[in-house]
Amino acid sequence: MWDYVKIVLFGLIALLAAIAANYARDLAYMVHALLIFAIAAGMFIWAVRTTWEEKPAIEVNAEGYMDGVVRYGVVATAFWGVVGFLVGTFIAFQLAFPQLNFQLLGDGIGNFGRLRPLHTSAVIFAFGGNALIATSFYIVQRTSAARLWGGNLAWFVFWGYNLFIILAATGYLLGATQSKEYAEPEWYVDWWLTVVWVAYLLVFLGTIMTRKEKHIYVANWFFLSFIVTVAMLHVVNNLSIPVSLFGSKSVQVFAGVQDAMTQWWYGHNAVGFFLTAGFLGMMYYFVPKQAERPVYSYKLSIIHFWALIFLYIWAGPHHLHYTALPDWASTLGMVFSIVLWMPSWGGMINGLMTLSGAWDKLRTDPIIRMMIVSIGFYGMSTFEGPMMSIRAVNSLSHYTDWTIGHVHSGALGWNGMITFGALYFLVPRLWNRAKLYSLPAVNWHFWLATIGIVLYASSMWVTGIMEGLMWREVDANGFLVNAFADTVSAKFPMYVVRALGGVLYLAGALIMAWNLWMTVRKGEARVPATAAAVAAE
Amino acid sequence: MSKKPTKLEKDIPTTGHSWDGIQEYDNPMPRWWLWTFYATIVWGIGYTIAYPAWPLVKGATEGVLGYSTRAEVQAEIDSFDAANEGMRQKLVAADLNEINSDPELASFAQNAGGAVFRTWCAQCHGSGAAGAKGYPNLLDDDWLWGGDMEAIHFTITHGIRNEDDPEGEARYSEMPRFGTDELLESEEIDQVVNYVMSLSGEPQDASMVEAGQVVFEDNCAACHGDNAQGDREQGAPNLSDAIWLYGGDYADVRESVYNARFGVMPNWNTRLSEAEIRAVAAYVHTRGGGEEPAEEASE
Repeated sequence: MWDYVKIVLFGLIALLAAIAANYARDLAYMVHALLIFAIAAGMFIWAVRTTWEEKPAIEVNAEGYMDGVVRYGVVATAFWGVVGFLVGTFIAFQLAFPQLNFQLLGDGIGNFGRLRPLHTSAVIFAFGGNALIATSFYIVQRTSAARLWGGNLAWFVFWGYNLFIILAATGYLLGATQSKEYAEPEWYVDWWLTVVWVAYLLVFLGTIMTRKEKHIYVANWFFLSFIVTVAMLHVVNNLSIPVSLFGSKSVQVFAGVQDAMTQWWYGHNAVGFFLTAGFLGMMYYFVPKQAERPVYSYKLSIIHFWALIFLYIWAGPHHLHYTALPDWASTLGMVFSIVLWMPSWGGMINGLMTLSGAWDKLRTDPIIRMMIVSIGFYGMSTFEGPMMSIRAVNSLSHYTDWTIGHVHSGALGWNGMITFGALYFLVPRLWNRAKLYSLPAVNWHFWLATIGIVLYASSMWVTGIMEGLMWREVDANGFLVNAFADTVSAKFPMYVVRALGGVLYLAGALIMAWNLWMTVRKGEARVPATAAAVAAE
Repeated sequence: MSKKPTKLEKDIPTTGHSWDGIQEYDNPMPRWWLWTFYATIVWGIGYTIAYPAWPLVKGATEGVLGYSTRAEVQAEIDSFDAANEGMRQKLVAADLNEINSDPELASFAQNAGGAVFRTWCAQCHGSGAAGAKGYPNLLDDDWLWGGDMEAIHFTITHGIRNEDDPEGEARYSEMPRFGTDELLESEEIDQVVNYVMSLSGEPQDASMVEAGQVVFEDNCAACHGDNAQGDREQGAPNLSDAIWLYGGDYADVRESVYNARFGVMPNWNTRLSEAEIRAVAAYVHTRGGGEEPAEEASE
């Protein structure tokens, strides 16, 4: 019965995609329709050929956990990470040397304007998203003592999510965008992500519901809040009406300042729930595991969790100070941002203090060092953020590179480093290796990444504050002193420094990719005794 | 836990939970953390009383301080405007040609005009006023429509070839498209291009120059003058000074003859005040190429 459903479904999708490709009104839509046609047609043929065959049982490890999908997620995370950092480094050079906006590819494909969303989506959604899905699948099974719910639904989440990334990325290059920062994909890509995200929620929630542990571990609270909130943000911010069912263009439902406020309610909480809550979930599992220490304070974890998720959702208006947004909304955004400071730091305290009694590991274990530095950057940027939300500070920092520096100290420092730590933790365990192929390589990665972040953040502080001051500089009569172009040329040296920071960070990630690859290929297998000890723990 | 117990572990009980080997201490929340959290909440409540914050059914609370970002900006603008009002009036009342000779007025016009230029003019003419292809360099002695204060002031006020000037005074002229509209044979175009290039440098093909001069006199001299010195009444460029708006290569000049090229400049009288226009005119005049009024020059 299920086989017939699959055959009909794939056949129907292939047929509709072919029709859509035929009537396509723009290139991006046509390429996407053809891509979906090819995938659905391939799946259709595969479904026909395997009808009534015995389906292989879901592959599980010795403890009964479904780790295949986590392994794929780990590979995707490392791959998209390198891609995202590469594009980021390239566009950093484009800003310093505009000649790099090559016309070779034709029609603007290689321009900063199209590569920039490619970079942001690749690092946030492809690298970060795959990391979150993979680690949440790994963690929820182990902390619930239950296999992933829904069987192959987890595989649908993985492949569906990565199809979303391909559609988004190719759409940007071909010029399909709804011009909303971090929500650029057009309407049909948004619809698809909604389907995948609901499946993700079902898998995660289903696993929690069937757990064998009495309590739900704190990491899972954070993951669940991340999944639920992102679903809500995604749907509301992408409410739009397609111009044609056969074209990529759509029109937003909200207009003017309402649209701006919806966008930054979304945009800020993409940071809050995707990059903060989700990654805190990772932190709450991998730090105590790697440190082999209990979490510092259960009470703190409860209070800072609820405070964080309640307060974050109101902070968005601080992105729109001194705009058409009414003053009352701007004030509330600022106040909630500042009250959010301590709840954010609760996670930092719990992470750092988990190392009490094990600080010596910082010297001996480069993985724990990575995680701790990550928490340090988390603390820094969650202090910097509330500070920048203060109207007076924002009047200087807004629209400058300071914002870019702030985002990257959080993204490269916190999200990047905790993910690297998680990957170093996961790969030997998932591929059943005794240890990583090379610990010195982890050390190299650590220092390259750390120095890269320092170069990036400090150069952007310098240019950001400089251009903020240049923009507002007036002479004795109150007349502006600088032209906009003057600030652009003044920033050039720091743009080069920033790009070099990117090169270092990328180099570290390449070393990691090599190290993980060699661990899988050549690492010595885990001896059974170790495996038994782990199982008994 | 397999590790040897430490002091902390002895003193502080865990909650008794264990997930995949992870336990949790029952540590209290750090006091400094908790009190800072409370302090931010108290501050937040106070701040929302002081400033506009809480949305109501209609409108929102206005805050006891009566603060508004728009009012703050307006007050700042007003204070500068009030401080500059005297100079502004003096600037508008002054004779255009006197502005740059009165030190006080000239200094004010430099600051004010510079700010106007960097805000409104730099996009096309460059922040250093050196221009770009299609956008005249304002630093040199070459002027399309005249370079004394009156002429610059008129150009800025009404603009060039726009249809937006409410007084309909935008400067206007249009070069014919000699190639596109088949006014000249292709060979004649080559000839005249060689002639024009010979005036300021080397022609590509010297044998065509003589024929080109005939073509020039029949077709171009009416606007550009017999000696190709240009005519500011019509904005017709001087073709003999080796200064080129659209480039001086053979291909560039040929394209100009073939297809005709000319730019558009907005009228600024609907966007800038008279004082601002006068200030930026004085600023442009002192960039290097400003000319004295015609009658004085002839004295």
